[in-house]
Amino acid sequence: MFAYYLELAIRSLRRSPGLTALMVLTIAFGVAASMTTYSVFRAVSGDPIPWKSAKLFVPQIDNWGPNGRGSDGEPPNAMDYNDAITLMRDHRAKLQSAMYQISPSIVPADASKHPINVSGHAVYSEFFPMLDVPFLYGSGWSADDDTQRAAVVVISSKLNQKLFGGSNSVGKTVNIEGKDYRVVGVLNDWNPQPRFFDVVNSGGFSTGVEDVFLPFQRAITVGIPNDGNTNCNAVPTESGFVGLQHSACVWIAYMAELDDTAAATAYKQYLDGYAHDLQQSGHFGWAPNNRLRDLPHWLDNQHVVPSDTKVSLLVALGLLLACLVNTAGLLLAKFLRRSSEIGVRRALGAPRLAIYAQFLTEASIIGLAGGVLGLMLTGVGVVSVGWVLPKDIAALARVDFSLLTLTLLVAVIATTLAGLYPTFRASRVQPAWQLKSN
Amino acid sequence: MTVHPIIAALRRHKAGVVLIALQIALTLAIVCNAIFIIGQRIERVNQPTGMHEENDLFLITQQWVGAPSADDPAGVEKLDSMQQADLAALRNLPDVVSAAPIRSLPLLHSGSVGGIGLKPLQQKDTIDSNFYYGDEQALPTLGLQLIAGRAFTSADIQHKPMRDQSEPVLAIITQPIADKLFPQGNAVGKVIYLDSSSTPTTIVGVVARLQSAVDTAGSSLTWYSALFPVRQDANFSRTVVRAKPGRLEAAMLAVRPALYTVNPMRVIDEEHGVRSFADIRADAYRADLGMAILMSVVCLILLSITAAGIVGLTSFWVGQRQRQIGVRRTLGARKIDILHYFQLENLLIAGIGAAIGILLALGLNLWLIIHFEMDRMPVIYVLIGVLAVLVLGQAAVFVPARRASNVPPVVATRAV
Repeated sequence: MFAYYLELAIRSLRRSPGLTALMVLTIAFGVAASMTTYSVFRAVSGDPIPWKSAKLFVPQIDNWGPNGRGSDGEPPNAMDYNDAITLMRDHRAKLQSAMYQISPSIVPADASKHPINVSGHAVYSEFFPMLDVPFLYGSGWSADDDTQRAAVVVISSKLNQKLFGGSNSVGKTVNIEGKDYRVVGVLNDWNPQPRFFDVVNSGGFSTGVEDVFLPFQRAITVGIPNDGNTNCNAVPTESGFVGLQHSACVWIAYMAELDDTAAATAYKQYLDGYAHDLQQSGHFGWAPNNRLRDLPHWLDNQHVVPSDTKVSLLVALGLLLACLVNTAGLLLAKFLRRSSEIGVRRALGAPRLAIYAQFLTEASIIGLAGGVLGLMLTGVGVVSVGWVLPKDIAALARVDFSLLTLTLLVAVIATTLAGLYPTFRASRVQPAWQLKSN
Repeated sequence: MTVHPIIAALRRHKAGVVLIALQIALTLAIVCNAIFIIGQRIERVNQPTGMHEENDLFLITQQWVGAPSADDPAGVEKLDSMQQADLAALRNLPDVVSAAPIRSLPLLHSGSVGGIGLKPLQQKDTIDSNFYYGDEQALPTLGLQLIAGRAFTSADIQHKPMRDQSEPVLAIITQPIADKLFPQGNAVGKVIYLDSSSTPTTIVGVVARLQSAVDTAGSSLTWYSALFPVRQDANFSRTVVRAKPGRLEAAMLAVRPALYTVNPMRVIDEEHGVRSFADIRADAYRADLGMAILMSVVCLILLSITAAGIVGLTSFWVGQRQRQIGVRRTLGARKIDILHYFQLENLLIAGIGAAIGILLALGLNLWLIIHFEMDRMPVIYVLIGVLAVLVLGQAAVFVPARRASNVPPVVATRAV
């Protein structure tokens, strides 16, 4: 029966090529616009570490008090040096790391080459296992290296390519800020987007690559300054990078792995206990106002997805809706024009269900054709957003199998839905009426 | 012509009428919000920074390798002499008009923001402001328009480590700050207190305009800027350079060799080490332009589809009513009457659609205000939208209506 309806549908569509083309184009444009904006939205709202994001937490400590809070009562979104170090020393989570953004220079062994700038983070050893960072060669450093302030470094595969031609460089030395560091690990391609471990400094997305990771305390000791944001509620009383470490300015990101709800609750209690102690000792003149958010909530709280992306998606969905209304109107016209044909079929004994099957088949064929054309337009759209959107975001949008499947599905389902009412009307055609009027 | 028969006829096509009206409503709602967004973005992209002939400017960011620490006085002196040597070399370049050390530039999206108060040790600062630091050449290099007081002289310039906590002695502020802090005028000579400090800073000059270096999302901070006569010393330096007119590229190319000659132990990033201001500006507004383009494309698609939909559905109605049109023509209706009939019918439907659309448009705007901190849309945009969909409807209906008016009276006598 389906083959018959298919044949009927194709014959009917070929009878009015203009109207058919119009409907196919409408669906194609509507679907392509929404799928293009969706590909951008999907890229920026994705979970960067889906297998673990519910176990990763970002603690916030209110070290500024009521005057430093935003209008929403939120504490600062980064930590000062003192709090970060205390949390690291207490070591209450399974894995944890304080981190700050650095931008040291690297002096190539070849004296004829100019020094280069690299970006990266100063982190603790637990950073690597906590975030399941993939290694090409070697591994992260040990907890001993943390306490010894060892001159060790983990570099990206890109930097390894640049400095060592891509060979296994573990054990070799790199000159960072004029001092030699031993390479302990080379990362495999690792460029998570958003840059979830430090959204405060990256703003979420970054076109750059994290090239170097140094032990946190080592970087502090040799005075590699922070390259990211520094927020102060009061001017530091001492000068320089050391003065920054003694101040209440916030510039350190922090992440902890807590494997279950009980661990998260216990950690929150620990944070509040810490703040309470500081209140007791007079350092804080206010009650604890800490936060402990898991990664998805933290990314949401920090508005990592640009509002432009959401507005674009919304507007494109509105466009799709308008396209569907348009298609519904055209289908209605098309189906009712064939009232006499329906009348004949009904008079010859076709049940309403058969009319439904026939016309919904016709609608889904239009949807399918619109979807196929929409696929191509989506491809064009995704390439085009690369030219108009900011580079860090546009670079993430891409066409893949799931997007293609979704495009086709949306086109077919939406068009079939749009065809429901016209089909309903067609099925209500009174056979007697149509036969009589002829 | 009376409207009554049109309404009577439309009653027989309820579903079609509802669908067209709904589509016009959706189109109106989306198009006027999109045009409002486009308008806002274009206005933002076109606002002047306050710098004269800014396309001749470029910014150098470089970092010394193994630089002395800025935490001890000897290191600071050494860093300052390194910076002075660089400045001298840059100022000597043939294609360079002037150069000045600077902490940041408008639209760079990296800069320093501090508080300004009117009393010493003020608990809560009166305003937040961008803090720019430069020497006596900063004002002429940037091309700022001095409207009161004086520019800095070389005697005013201090040099300090970047994370120094002492306050500058003198300041030049923008007119918007002067208006806010000293509404009676005469800001020159008045004192302000930076970051709740107890030491006064004296205003020596007022410039018309200087845009923010950080992303301010349209807040008042955008135009609150202060310039201090301080050459900051750190392990990196930024320098703004004004090239001779038309010599920007040549001047930018000459920078690296000149600086490496002064001292090869430094990093000048290949991509961002030497950046034209035009590039900084384009980067800062890329998202806004992208959004404007995206919204324009959506509007274009939407308007085309709505027009095509009206053409399609009206064509169908015309085909369906051939006989009635023939009868009317036989009874003496002129071609123009038939044309007007369909035009008026479309106007009615579009009118209903527009009425619903106005509500939808305002609702959508309200939703965007609540969820995305969008501004309230002025009524003019809704009016433009209404006018647009009505004109669009009339234009789209014209072709099928013309065809209807060409139906010969004899059709009435033919059997269908």
